[in-house]
Amino acid sequence: MYAFFAFVAGLVFGIGLLVSGMINPAKVLGFLDLAGRWDPSLALVMVGAIAIGVVGFVIAGRRATTVLGTPMLLPTARTIDRRLIVGGAVFGIGWGLAGFCPGPAVAALGAGHLKALVFVAAMVAGMLAFEWIEGLRARSTSTDRLEPGAGGTSE
Amino acid sequence: MSIDWTAFTPWSALAGGAIIGLAATLFALFNGRVTGISGIVGGLLRPSLPDAAWRAAFLAGLIVAPIVYRLVAGAPNLTIDANYPTLVVAGLLVGIGTRYGSGCTSGHGVCGLSRLSPRSLVATLAFMSAGFATVFATRHILA
Repeated sequence: MYAFFAFVAGLVFGIGLLVSGMINPAKVLGFLDLAGRWDPSLALVMVGAIAIGVVGFVIAGRRATTVLGTPMLLPTARTIDRRLIVGGAVFGIGWGLAGFCPGPAVAALGAGHLKALVFVAAMVAGMLAFEWIEGLRARSTSTDRLEPGAGGTSE
Repeated sequence: MSIDWTAFTPWSALAGGAIIGLAATLFALFNGRVTGISGIVGGLLRPSLPDAAWRAAFLAGLIVAPIVYRLVAGAPNLTIDANYPTLVVAGLLVGIGTRYGSGCTSGHGVCGLSRLSPRSLVATLAFMSAGFATVFATRHILA
């Protein structure tokens, strides 16, 4: 049941990416190109998503368990550190180069684009590289591994 | 700055955004988690996989979405102008950066901002500024 609702959420999320145009890298780059002919659409995608999301997370935040009776596992990390900012910036550079972020790239696999497959393969390789680097770090400094947000909880 | 009014699609953007917000709400209420795509994919790459089923199910839903959409609304607009070497570099950066920064456009952007998380606001400002700067560099300085 848990996995079924995850499937439904993924499907609805993907439909949102398609309806909004967020799945289209050309449109995303049109939004990121402030100095060119700017397409402000994606700002409104965020407005629409947050308007609904705020209500959803207020309701979810008041619950001790999910509707299915499982534990609430919303992130608790609050640390604002170099990892967060450098990681965000590195992600932003990749986003600006191709116009793909993880959600739209995975959804675009279902549209049958070879280029999306190449991007997702490289993204997965990057994530594996992260796991490998974190593994090395954990072995060299086994004490500072317990900081919140260090791979454990993820937004 | 000049606005490209022909490309601007305010209503479908708002509606699609609301659907994304609805998906995040459903996932929070039924699965108790934030809809962070990079975290969902990244969790599948760990050696121990106690929660592989729901992660795979979520991603399957995401991949099925364009197929369902095509039945109702026709082929989606999807133009990928980047060449293959650029896609590989971009993919690597997105993979490492989202894991290092614990989130992407969905986890920090949609869910984090909806949860009024200062941490996610900082992350969102970081990737948005880097995205704007990168497109400025590639389209207006290097081009």
